[in-house]
Amino acid sequence: MSLQRRFVRTVLGFGALTFVTLLLAPLVGPTPIDIRRVFDFSIPFADNTDAQIFFIARLPRTLAGATVGALFAAAGVVFQGLLRNALATPFTLGVSTGAALGAVLAISFNWSIAVLGISAVPVAAFAGSLAAVAIVYALAQARHRGLSTTVLLLAGVTMNAFFSAMILFVQYFASFADVYRTLRWLMGDLDISSYQPLVASVPAIAIAFAVFAWLARPLNLLSLGPESADSRGLDVTRAQRAAFLSASLATGAAVTIGGPIGFIGIIIPHLVRLLVGPDHRLVLPAAALFGAAFLVACDVVARTIFAPVELPVGIITAMIGGPFFLWLLIRRR
Amino acid sequence: MATYKKALVPFLAAALLCLVAATRAVSTFPNSEIPKSPPSRIISLVPAVTEMLYAIGAGPRVVAVSSYDTYPPEVKKLPTVGALLDPNVERILSLKPDLVVVYGSQDDLKQQLSKAGVGIFDYRHAGLPDVTATIRALGDRTGDAARARDLASAIERGLDAIRARVKDRPRPRTLLVFGRERLSLRGIYASGGIGFLDDMLAVAGGTNVFADMKLQAVQASTEQILASRPEVILETRAANSAFPAGERQAELSVWKALASVPAVRNGRLHFLFDDRIVIPGPRIVEGTTAMARALHPEVFQ
Repeated sequence: MSLQRRFVRTVLGFGALTFVTLLLAPLVGPTPIDIRRVFDFSIPFADNTDAQIFFIARLPRTLAGATVGALFAAAGVVFQGLLRNALATPFTLGVSTGAALGAVLAISFNWSIAVLGISAVPVAAFAGSLAAVAIVYALAQARHRGLSTTVLLLAGVTMNAFFSAMILFVQYFASFADVYRTLRWLMGDLDISSYQPLVASVPAIAIAFAVFAWLARPLNLLSLGPESADSRGLDVTRAQRAAFLSASLATGAAVTIGGPIGFIGIIIPHLVRLLVGPDHRLVLPAAALFGAAFLVACDVVARTIFAPVELPVGIITAMIGGPFFLWLLIRRR
Repeated sequence: MATYKKALVPFLAAALLCLVAATRAVSTFPNSEIPKSPPSRIISLVPAVTEMLYAIGAGPRVVAVSSYDTYPPEVKKLPTVGALLDPNVERILSLKPDLVVVYGSQDDLKQQLSKAGVGIFDYRHAGLPDVTATIRALGDRTGDAARARDLASAIERGLDAIRARVKDRPRPRTLLVFGRERLSLRGIYASGGIGFLDDMLAVAGGTNVFADMKLQAVQASTEQILASRPEVILETRAANSAFPAGERQAELSVWKALASVPAVRNGRLHFLFDDRIVIPGPRIVEGTTAMARALHPEVFQ
């Protein structure tokens, strides 16, 4: 089968799954709502509780889940390709811990700035992720003409540990309520209750996915090793830079919207590779679509399984992801 | 695979041993000291109990408090010895207390203090009836039993008086928020159907919209708030987390996104930044009155 046909089949297959999930998810929740009343526009919106639940609570939440899931899954694919390490995740290189430090500072110091209608915690989280990316990138470039993936990995892991220590340091002086809120933020939350966080992150997401589309072929070549890739005419350093920066941007945007929701960036890429093979031209779009569907489904479980009490979505993804990760670890040996 | 299994056996055995040792340590630990004579040097790690000590007349014998204590104003001059998560055992012992008020969960601290022969008053955080029960037990322990009983009865009469004043009023469905992200409706924490805040709301003549959730703190999703349709929203915090005056209007208007909520539509949103509400101590009558005034302004002029 030609690549083109396989691409169309993959995108259609995973696209249909995502489409159906997105269509059904807003209909499910702890409160029964009447779908005819939701779309009955003769009732003023302010009086229509069903429509408010649908359009203010569930729809933004579903879209946030799809966006965050797609970003984490695709970023996971790119990080695994860049580092040539099957166990790399979007959180390996310190981006999410940097974001977490930003969020913790905003929570503990009770910052109340708002940018573009976005409140202080996501703004600080995004700034934190950018700072982490800048530091890790500068370190990986400092002593090499190109980008050293070894230094990238070591610097990323070290920055992760360092930022974690900073978080604990800040938390030690914070009040109980703030510590609790921080902990809750770290479990991930897709209940964004407005469309502003999504609208504000459109530029970052568009750039990240545009670069991902270009990266599919370079990542295929990189998987052969930098020397072979170079001999086949790939500008290795440029591809590595593009991969690192775009995947970091995607991770930063995703953490800003939904918090550091774990395991999507590792489960989804591996599942997708099992289904479509290793070609990044298929893996990247399939992972993005499947990641979107998976996180939206996890969030439906999170908000209904113990209704009326709601579980943090990060717990659901981790409970599925943890055992899966271990299985992968054993299987690889 | 076999080598892994072999390596796992001693590890599991060690883990099991640790577990057994830990449970034994907890189960053999004595719960609290039997009072012998009234204490003369008291340390309180619990702000609510510090207030109680001063209210029953044991204030002059308090020698140190937790790092969160601010009331009564006298405590600001006292040394601080940490709090729930970071009690400073060395400082506590160096102040030679004969009674230390600790949280029920501070097992390590309790163990160290009882080894040193220091008396312990075990505090457990629960509902409104426990406030007066704690005051009476504290009075028995510190030798101020008569004043403690009077204070507890006065608080119970005060609460009954509030109940009587709101008895015939409609009980508005109320969302009691005690935390959220600044300038946004994310991360909203509200009172569930247990705990002293829920009890105070009941006394003040409100119905908790999350009464059926038997949790002290509920993370309320946007959907839950829309679906529960509160008629009044009370946002309560400690006084030191009050919004600056210039930001109150902006913080109020974030709720406008939920236009179908009756409280939003009728402008029945109140900020109550009041330690008398959030500290379950002897000032709860005033705290509950502040809540009742927000719920029933026509009764409390």
